[in-house]
Formats: sequence, structure tokens, C-alpha cells
Amino acid sequence: MNTQLLWFATRGTGIVSLILLTAVTVLGLLSITGWQRPGWPRFLSADLHNNLALLSVAFVAVHVVTAIIDPFTSLGISAAAIPFASSYRPLWVGLGVISVYLFIALIVTSLLRERIGQRTWRAIHWLSYAGWPLAVAHSVGAGSDAFAGWFLLLTLACIFCVALAVSLRIWLGRSRREELPYVVAESRLPAPFAEREG
Amino acid sequence: MSRVRPTAARRSRLLVDRIACDGRGLCAELLPEIVELDDWGYPIVDASGVPDRLELLARRAVAACPLLALRLEAQH
Amino acid sequence: MEGRLLAGRPLDEGPEPLSEHLARLGPLPDRHHGLINEVTASGLLGRGGAAFPAGTKWHTVAQRAAGDARVLVNGAEGEPLSAKDRTLMALRPHLVLDGALLAANAVAARGIVIYVGERHHAARNALQVALRERHLSRARPRVPIRLVAAPNAYVAGEESAAVHHVNAGDARPTSVPPRPFERGVDGRPTLVQNVETLAHVALIARLGQAWYRSAGRARAPGTALVTVHGASRPGVREIEYGTRVRELAALTGVEQSSVGAVLVGGYFGSFVAAERAFGLALDPIELRQSDLALGSGVVAFLEQSDCGVAATASILEYLAAQSAAQCGPCVFGLRAIADTVAGVAQRRATAADFERLTRWQMQLAGRGACHHPDGAANLLASAFAAFADDFALHVNHRRCVTGRSSASAASAVAA
Repeated sequence: MNTQLLWFATRGTGIVSLILLTAVTVLGLLSITGWQRPGWPRFLSADLHNNLALLSVAFVAVHVVTAIIDPFTSLGISAAAIPFASSYRPLWVGLGVISVYLFIALIVTSLLRERIGQRTWRAIHWLSYAGWPLAVAHSVGAGSDAFAGWFLLLTLACIFCVALAVSLRIWLGRSRREELPYVVAESRLPAPFAEREG
Repeated sequence: MSRVRPTAARRSRLLVDRIACDGRGLCAELLPEIVELDDWGYPIVDASGVPDRLELLARRAVAACPLLALRLEAQH
Repeated sequence: MEGRLLAGRPLDEGPEPLSEHLARLGPLPDRHHGLINEVTASGLLGRGGAAFPAGTKWHTVAQRAAGDARVLVNGAEGEPLSAKDRTLMALRPHLVLDGALLAANAVAARGIVIYVGERHHAARNALQVALRERHLSRARPRVPIRLVAAPNAYVAGEESAAVHHVNAGDARPTSVPPRPFERGVDGRPTLVQNVETLAHVALIARLGQAWYRSAGRARAPGTALVTVHGASRPGVREIEYGTRVRELAALTGVEQSSVGAVLVGGYFGSFVAAERAFGLALDPIELRQSDLALGSGVVAFLEQSDCGVAATASILEYLAAQSAAQCGPCVFGLRAIADTVAGVAQRRATAADFERLTRWQMQLAGRGACHHPDGAANLLASAFAAFADDFALHVNHRRCVTGRSSASAASAVAA
């Protein structure tokens, strides 16, 4: 087997994973805004978020497997399974390992959401704010193409998209009920019966 | 002879946890036959229940609600 | 009519002390499970508004209790026009305590919580004194009893809100299931019962179900406390179920010919046009058949010279402000309805507004976690019927049947 092929596969699936995870993160952040258009209902954004996440599992899996079996890398299973256990750029590979675990937790809990309940699911989903940055750090620090112009451009584009989505999330992400704040209204006898109080 | 199913008999009904619901509207998109939205985007559910042919779609709507505010309950 | 709950010392002489209560009625009977059957046989209906058979409720809780249930004595009285519960607690606290203890015994409860409105000072004081008397007496309560203050809010008396407040200090209704009889105070099956209902039990336990049934009607036996407004002798009275509104009007000094409409059941009830209202029997079961409800027993007479539209607007404004703001349809729907009806009262509404109003009213029922929006929708529907001419006059001709000017109508609503 052309060993270069494995290396290309690792890099290629890594980059696609980064793009997919960026899209997943952006869609997740924007879900609360309830954005929709005639041809793009809200459930489409939600379903796309879920499906792209599942798709990224496939690409990340290939990325990890090709990296391990590639004879030219010193990466073994332990390097992929244990954070910072790799001999090659342990920090950056380790961040990638952690990122994968976080995403697995996010995906598994989402698949089991009806079983575990909304509260638990939501608490764990906050981990997504750590998952994506770790993936980006991993790709910049551990990737072979890290300093190629096109890759830097791609990475910046991904970061820009997520930053924009986070701002929109903060700006627009209020629960509908907060539009009318609840003040414990004191119970007073309104007219016309008030005057009649004997 | 074909068996005619009474329209009144529906296996389940769709219930909304009104406190959890935040008017996101995915349910109305997925089940327009039995869910419509009021002037503020909150669901109005057909009280007669979920027709059997839409049961699977109703389960999908329950799973799709971002706040898990929907549930399917067997109708007596 | 011979008073039952209000029998004893004159009503202006304050709370009846334990010694007098015992002298008049005898000791608290030791009843155990036989009491549930007695209460069921008596046909006692809940006095909190729903008129649900008390015996059935007790049985349901007792089944799930496993020896560790709770009793929540509901004296929150969130309905602003009702004064019967605080009056009963203030004047006959021992009837309420007896009822609570009998209930706790019957459903195997390990604790009693008495939920009293924080503003009902006379009631709270009377209960505190009564509890102290009991602790010093030979018949000390066998289960712990504590008083919890209910916030001064309309929905605070709703059963899930009461439980929520006792458990977590938050008097807002919760999503059901589970209902309080399944999981309530301290997570245990809880009997939530109105103070007046329990007071009746205190008498049924001593005098029997046949005695209880000797007043009132077949399906709604017994007596009930009502609060009357808009009369020359307003206030709390005890009547037999089945008493006609015209009889109550005569008793309380109401000039029938000057009445335009009657509000039956308070803010959670309905407006009824005078001609129809006076013939009504104050019997919760019979009223239900006409889509009316006695509710918390409020009967308020509205003069013909008072604008029914303005009265409706006032009440709806109150109900909108009292929403617990947890459910979209209630928060937004009641606010829109209240604002629009205020607009109708102030004669600046259009036919389009009225059409929206009708649509919103029809969409409200059953779309909140509790029945607050249903109550408001029902009140509005009844107002449409009772004040049909007046609504039409306001919307189409910018006038009011009372002949009042726009300015005074606006001030009546804003007051």
C-alpha cells in the first residue's frame, strides 16, 4: 500500500472533520435563534446539526485509524486513546484525543436524551464549548499542514464562523418568556368591586 | 370486506409540557396536520389525538423538540 | 338557616377557644379508616373551587400513602373576592384543626402543613393560638403541624403551586403529572384540601353523614360559606346548597331591579346576566350543568349603572398581571386579551380587535400548566354573553350602555 495514501487520508479526513465540526457547532449555537426561511424549516437546522455530528464521527474514526496504522507515524492505540501519551507532539495530539472524547459524550447523550432527561442532557452539552476549540487547537498544533497558507485561511474562516455564531447566540439567545419578566404581582382588589368593600 | 377504522379511535395523543415549551415551533413544522402555532408561536395541539398513520412522525416530533416538551401518551 | 360552621359564639367575638369548642361539640372522635367511608357517604364536595368529592380524594391518597402521606390544609384564598377561608380560620380555627387531624389520621399522614395567606393576620394569629392551646391540652396533636405563609398572589393557592411553595419556596404551579396525590410535600402523596372542607369533616365525624345530608340537596348536600359583594349587607355567610341567588340577594340586602349582572364564582367564575342569574341555584353540581361554577363561593352583584365591559377589563388586567409567567400562551395571551379589552372599555377598539379577542379567547383553554388561562378565557366568554349589547355598543358605536363618558370609563379601568 502506498504509505503516502494513509498520510493523505489522515490529513484529508482531519480537515473534513474540522469543517464538519465547525458546521455542527455553528448550527448548534444558532438553534436558539429559531432562524428559518420558507425553504429551510427549523427542524432542518436541528436535523442537519445532528446528522453532521454523526457524519463527523465517521470521518474522525477514519482519521484516527489511518493515523494509527500508518507505519510512518509512531502513533499507536495508546496514543489515540490516552491523552498526552503520544510520543509525537504529545500536547497537540492529546488535545485532539480529549476533543474526541468530549464529542463522543455529546453524541451519546444526545442519542439517549429521552432516557436521561433534558436537564442532564443540557448540562453535558455545555461541553461543546470545549470540544470544538480543542479540535481547532489539535489541527493547528498536530497537523502536518498547519502552516500552509490555505490551511491557515481555512482555520481562520472556521474560527470566524464560530465566533460570529457565539455572538449571535449571546445577543439573540433569550428564552421567549424572558421577554415579559415575572414580577410577583401583589394581589389587590381591582375596581369595580373594591369600592364596595363593607 | 375491508375493515373501516373509526376516525374517533386514535391510539395516542400528543401532550405539551407547557412550562418547558418555549415556542420554538419545530413540532408545528413536523406535524402540521395536528399542531398549529398561535400568534406568539406556541403550539395548539388537536385534542382528538394522533392519527395512526402519523404516529411515527409524532414520535419524531417528540424527539426533535429542543426542550423535550412533547410526549406521546396512550389514549384511553 | 341554622348555622353549622358558623354556629357558636357571635361572629364579632373573635376566635372560638378550645374549651368552648369542646364544650359545644365534644371531643375529637377517634375515627381511623371508617372516616373515609363516612366522608364518601356524606357526599361532601371540596370547597376550594373544584367541588370534587372529598371522600374520593382521601381514598386516592390513602391508597398511595404507605403510612407516610402529608396533608396540606389550603387556606391561601388567592381569589381576591373571597373572604370565607380567612374568616373561618379566624373564627373557628379548631374546626379546621380537627378536620386536618382527622384527615391525617384517615390517610395515614405523618405531617400537616397549614398554608395561610401571608396577609391573613387574624387567621394566622387564631391558628397559632389554637395550636398552642392544643399543645398544652390533654389532646396534643399526634402529628407535627406547621404553618406556612402563602404569598399574596392569585395562583399561590393552586394545589401544585401550594406544594411547590412548601417544598421549595416558589409558589408557582408545576407541570403535572405527578399530581400532589402522587408526589407532593416532601415528595410524599399529599392530600390538598380546602380549610372549609376540613371544617365540615370535623362536624361529620361527630354528627354523621346522615346529619350532614339533612341540609342542602341530594347531589350537593350540606351547607357552604359564600362571600357576597355589591350588597348593603356584604360579607361571608353560610347558606344551604341549593339556595337561589334571589334568596341570597334578599338576605344580603340587594335591590334586584338595580342589578345588571352577577359574578358567580369570583374571578375564576362567570358573569351572568341578571335575568338569568336570580333564578340560579347555588349548587355546584347543578351550576356545572349550565357551564357555570360556584368556585370559591363568591357572589358579586354588579349594578346596571356599572359598565360591565370596564369591570371585565379590570378583572382581566388583574388576571394577566397575576400570571406566573411560565407558559407562553398565558403570558402573551392574557396580556394581549387584557390590553385589548381595556381598549374596548375605553372605546378605542375596532371590529378587528374584537375578532382577535374572540380568537385568542378560544385558543387559551388547556394551554397552560395550570388552569389560570382557562379561567380568564371562561370569564371573558361569559362577559361576551352577559354584556353582549354593551360590547357591541363599545366596539361599533364607541358608546357605553351606562351612558358614561370615555374619561370616567377609562378611570374605572385604571383604578
